[in-house]
Amino acid sequence: MREVDLAVVGAGPAGLSAAIEGAKRGLRALVIDRNPKPGGQLIKQIHKFFGSREHRAGTRGVDIAQDLFREARDLGITLMLGWEVYNLQPGRLQVVRSSFGETSDESPEASIAAKKIVLATGAEENAFYFDGWTLPGVMGAGAAQTMTNVWRVLPGSRILMVGSGNVGLIVTYQLLQAGADVVAIVEAAPKIGGFGVHAAKIRRAGVPILTSHTVVRALGESRVKGAVIARVDDAWQPVVGSELTLDVDTICVAIGFRPNTRLASLAGCRLTNSSVLGGWVPIHNGQLETTVPGIYVAGDVSGIEEASTALEEGRLAGIVAASAMGKTSEHDQQQLQAIADRLCSLRGGPFCQPIQDAKSELVELGEEVCPKE
Amino acid sequence: MSKGVAVNGFVSEEELERSPGYPSKERMQQGPVVVIECPQEIPCNPCEEACPHHAITVGEPITNCPRLDETKCVGCGLCIPRCPGLAIFLIDLTHSDKRAAVSIPYEYLPLPHMNQKVTAVNRAGEPVCEAEVIKVADTKPNDRTAVVTVTIPNDYAQEVRGIVRLGGHHG
Repeated sequence: MREVDLAVVGAGPAGLSAAIEGAKRGLRALVIDRNPKPGGQLIKQIHKFFGSREHRAGTRGVDIAQDLFREARDLGITLMLGWEVYNLQPGRLQVVRSSFGETSDESPEASIAAKKIVLATGAEENAFYFDGWTLPGVMGAGAAQTMTNVWRVLPGSRILMVGSGNVGLIVTYQLLQAGADVVAIVEAAPKIGGFGVHAAKIRRAGVPILTSHTVVRALGESRVKGAVIARVDDAWQPVVGSELTLDVDTICVAIGFRPNTRLASLAGCRLTNSSVLGGWVPIHNGQLETTVPGIYVAGDVSGIEEASTALEEGRLAGIVAASAMGKTSEHDQQQLQAIADRLCSLRGGPFCQPIQDAKSELVELGEEVCPKE
Repeated sequence: MSKGVAVNGFVSEEELERSPGYPSKERMQQGPVVVIECPQEIPCNPCEEACPHHAITVGEPITNCPRLDETKCVGCGLCIPRCPGLAIFLIDLTHSDKRAAVSIPYEYLPLPHMNQKVTAVNRAGEPVCEAEVIKVADTKPNDRTAVVTVTIPNDYAQEVRGIVRLGGHHG
């Protein structure tokens, strides 16, 4: 059995950052990810990031992934890519080669002993149930983004985007860059969900954003041949007679994410529900430790946010996990304070203040119910 | 009528006039100056660092809207490719008697070439006039955000914020 100090599940911004901070303090760190490439969702983020210098603002996500990977490699962190965790408990994880894993004569199964575990398992896309939603050609916006930017396959040539949050707006832009036409974005709310600057980019590219509109039906027998959209009333119901048929071959759904909490549940971490944070989230204290001692969470699994906050939470988890093993570095206190300050400023403003409030509430609950030393 | 960026997806005149990132009409008449179309409080500040003349301030908290000091802006346009929101443009009303120059961030391939005649669009993506490309900057520091400068008839300078994509099915 392989033995490490810190096992991190998920090689996205939170997971790699946690491993990096742990390794910097002398921990033997291991990162496990079922995907063949490190970087999590960063590898498909071809746009320049928001935030400040500490969050690599102005740098494209895919380049941040490269830098994190290099830093992890240079620190001697072991990356187990193409491996999936199928069971865990404090101190121990069991992994199996994922469908992306390489073919090899070695056993497709392994056990790992780890003194501390960070779960940085990210999020999954929410589905939207409308007539025809199971037809080929209906997909998550994130899936379309993976196809286009990671595997370089354009999912369609005439696309309807459902949802105008930042993901809907950014993926629309990237589909345009890849050469597709996005016929329209429909948004059930009366206002655009994402940043105005993202909306402005695609508006001047000629894409209409229809607020107070939703998709009612996908047309087609064996795959999407069109979409029927309609205006919605104040009760979010389609207005009879307002239907419009759009000539599209693809419908992308970008209506939000939920934390990927399966491993946290499996480990026995207590969850709580927060609509602002995306649904069920593991309860954690200010140190990101869950109700199961020795298991931490960081990034979207602890509440849906941005890559910038995932980087910070990952750093925080790595530092506190190391500290719990007696491995500290001189400036830990200043660094923890700086992270807290940056998280606080990222969670300000009209877009992010609700997240700050929900996170504070979650941590308050965590301080109450998480076991003390 | 104009309802602003949260409903229409592009900024209204009223939002621009209220925005601390927008220069005065007088300043625009004096020569090239940037316009920052970023009226929402979002956590972002690369523009602040991008300006060698310290003409842009975000400060603390990072969700402040960028503030332009129009007396310090020399119209170099270095901030344009650094804005992750592609929300900064350069306007030069003094380009010639009849034509203004507008520089826009552009991330589509193929890039236009010098002297190419293209169709300029407004914030809603509607074609408004013909434009002529006079510069395409795609240097390494731009990091794949090209800055395309076009000339257009003077009257359209406050409207034109893009060009029709050359690679798309519309182009």
